[in-house]
Amino acid sequence: MSERTKQRYAAERRFRLYGLAAIGAAVLVLATLVTSIGIVGMPAFFQTYIKLDVTVDAADVESGRFRQLTFDAVYAFHPEVTDRREKKRLRGIVSSGADREIRLAVADDPSLIGTTFPIWVRSSDDIDIFIKGQVSRDLPQEDRRVKDNEIAWVDGLVEQGRVETRFNFSFFSTGDSREPEQAGIWGAVVGSFFTLCVALAVSFPLGVLAAIYLEEYAPQNRWTDLIEVNINNLAAVPSIVFGLLGLAMFLNFFGMPRSAPVVGGMVLALMTLPTIIIATRAALKAVPPSIREAALGIGASELQVVTHHVVPLAMPGILTGTIIGMAQALGETAPLLMIGMVAFIVDIPQGIFDPSTVLPVQIYIWADSPERAFVAKTSAAILVLLTFLVCMNAIAVMLRKRFERRW
Amino acid sequence: MQISYLVIALLLLTGVSYFWGRRRAVSLAKGEHLVVLHSLPSFHGAYVALWCGLPALLLVALWMILEPQIVEAVVINQLPADRAILAISDPNVFKLLLTDIRNLASGNIVSQTIDPALQAAANSYMRYEAISQQALFLVALSMAIVMGSFARTRLSQRFRARNRVEKIARWAMMTASLIAILTTVGIVLSLIFETIRFFDKVPFDEFLFGLKWSPQMAMREDQVGSSGAFGAIPLFAGTFLITLIAMVVAVPIGLFSAIYMSEYAGPTMRSVVKPALEILAGVPTVVYGFFAALTVAPFFRGAGESLGLDVSSESALAAGVVMGIMIIPFISSLSDDVMNAVPQSLRDGSYALGATQSETIKQVILPAALPGIVGAVLLAVSRAIGETMIVVMAAGLAANLTANPLEAVTTVTVQIATLLVGDQEFDSAKTLAAFALGLVLFVITLCLNMVALRVVRKYREKYD
Repeated sequence: MSERTKQRYAAERRFRLYGLAAIGAAVLVLATLVTSIGIVGMPAFFQTYIKLDVTVDAADVESGRFRQLTFDAVYAFHPEVTDRREKKRLRGIVSSGADREIRLAVADDPSLIGTTFPIWVRSSDDIDIFIKGQVSRDLPQEDRRVKDNEIAWVDGLVEQGRVETRFNFSFFSTGDSREPEQAGIWGAVVGSFFTLCVALAVSFPLGVLAAIYLEEYAPQNRWTDLIEVNINNLAAVPSIVFGLLGLAMFLNFFGMPRSAPVVGGMVLALMTLPTIIIATRAALKAVPPSIREAALGIGASELQVVTHHVVPLAMPGILTGTIIGMAQALGETAPLLMIGMVAFIVDIPQGIFDPSTVLPVQIYIWADSPERAFVAKTSAAILVLLTFLVCMNAIAVMLRKRFERRW
Repeated sequence: MQISYLVIALLLLTGVSYFWGRRRAVSLAKGEHLVVLHSLPSFHGAYVALWCGLPALLLVALWMILEPQIVEAVVINQLPADRAILAISDPNVFKLLLTDIRNLASGNIVSQTIDPALQAAANSYMRYEAISQQALFLVALSMAIVMGSFARTRLSQRFRARNRVEKIARWAMMTASLIAILTTVGIVLSLIFETIRFFDKVPFDEFLFGLKWSPQMAMREDQVGSSGAFGAIPLFAGTFLITLIAMVVAVPIGLFSAIYMSEYAGPTMRSVVKPALEILAGVPTVVYGFFAALTVAPFFRGAGESLGLDVSSESALAAGVVMGIMIIPFISSLSDDVMNAVPQSLRDGSYALGATQSETIKQVILPAALPGIVGAVLLAVSRAIGETMIVVMAAGLAANLTANPLEAVTTVTVQIATLLVGDQEFDSAKTLAAFALGLVLFVITLCLNMVALRVVRKYREKYD
């Protein structure tokens, strides 16, 4: 083999290697992204609980002194602590929402009144992180939020078997909270659901009708060209501009409610409309003309050709495009910030006019929070969001594989 | 919500009237074969249903848009003369008064002392609301029934129900296809109006060529920096810097993976890598933003420290690199398509001349696919410029005019987002500035898209 051929083959191998390296880099980045978020997020699905012995009297229930009861139960672990500051630290071991859990337990079972009973309540977020081993004991005391005496207290509780880590069911059933240990994603999930419902209800009929018109009815003229150019451009307009549109048009001009899924859904609908139109047109185009001609030939009207033959045959493609559009809408954040869906909302929204937030915005809000425990919550919420997205995309792929027909 | 019950009732009524019209059509045939009818019974049913449902639903929509304004005007007019005049002459007083009346009516907290006049207004507001709702129910339902019955009386053997229904369907489709244009018009109008108001307060050349951006307006005259500065050059520079970094990351990786995927990879590899890239494309941007802030920025900071460099924790480098990662699948899938569209005959010709595969790619396929690749890169640039969440979470807020990627810079989208998040009064230059920036963003991305689409289309025609 000549020297030159060798060189050329080496160049060939190098070139191939560049390609492999590029793909490797992309896959590596994906793996890093998923694993780093997964590792950080996993602990948030678990929560540390502490067993308290609470004494509830009828008088306490009457006056609603549950907060004081909780404090007393915690103070009882270490009666020797008398300094006010230290007492505050001591009661900071349990979550500030612990009194609510006790109240609910008593409301659930009134026979507890007048007795001393054990109850598991949430620990505060700092203790939770410590128990999960994310705070090193070797750090100097000034550099960690959990101080030496707190560590001693918690160690004592662990020895007594009063500390347990359980699956955090309430993460999936509560709304947002300022306290990381009480914060959940259910409010955001419901908000996302309502928003997507509105978006689907607006964009699916509009998108499909528009695509049918452009593909089956419209004459080829300037007007349809203009519509087509418009759709292609809208598909590439930055999402934040749609947010500006929603703010100026829907909120300020039409006076629609702020932070409501109905406005968010409409903005997302306008955003996904091009996706749905383009996908639907492609699906309609794939139906062979012979089907239309055959239907027309046996006397079907234009509308009948479309509704009885073309659209049913194109349905898998249309649905695939719609699901992909909805998956995009589910992950969209920026336009919703503009229309006020970034508010701090504790209640679970009951309808499309209630103020609410959505999953990606909840992620953004938590990512911005200073408490360290929110880092894990954010990652956990991301894992939930990614799960939803993967499911939607999997359904889309399945639809395509299962029903796609080639003529 | 009461209205939703009404809508559900109307929809039910529409459904019922379909069968009602259908049955009537069948009975019109008088037991003969249905062929005596001009249209199929289902078209007769659809005709009646459309007349029953459409006008009533349109009425509900119109009512919901107009009703609040009418009720408000009536209530304000009933106020004592001096307050009504004050309210009508000043839109802010008007708005405040209305909010108070509404809050009083629904039992919320009110900003001013409750006097008898206000209480009376609130009472009449509630009364009118109730009356209007009852009236709407009555009018809409009776309209649906009357229109439906009227349409039903028109049915006959020779009635051309099909033609009419098809005409309405066609109109509906045409209207739907106009939404795309309406959206564009809506975007342009809402951006332009607010931008004009912005340039009333801030001169045009200061915005486009000013070197200082600090949109914080002071509350008092004597406060430091009371005027705010709206020079957008630092924002453009920051956007450009981050986009450049993103492209430096995304173009080589995206292009090389596209080359490998379309020219070298076997079907097994394609079936693994393609979905991986698709997942990368489907990851929401807020996740990338969090990834940048959680993993990438600290990594660069640590790496910089070990090299003795001072890397900001909100460096342009971290935001740009992560944005590049986001764009990789975008470039790779578009270029993959373009390279697949290059005819096989070109490759075969090149191989026949003795070229190796890489020589063929470099000297035949890439030049042939270049316009498409350029189009893909332009589309990617427009996406990078418009991307918001990554930079909001990973880039800085302060407007530095610098070309050093290790420092924090801010971008157009970051400023839009931070200026408009939270409650804002709508006439300060600060909020209006966001719309001016939005217009700039819209125009730039629009131009890039137009050029890119044209380039791609022109190229496609060449090989079709």
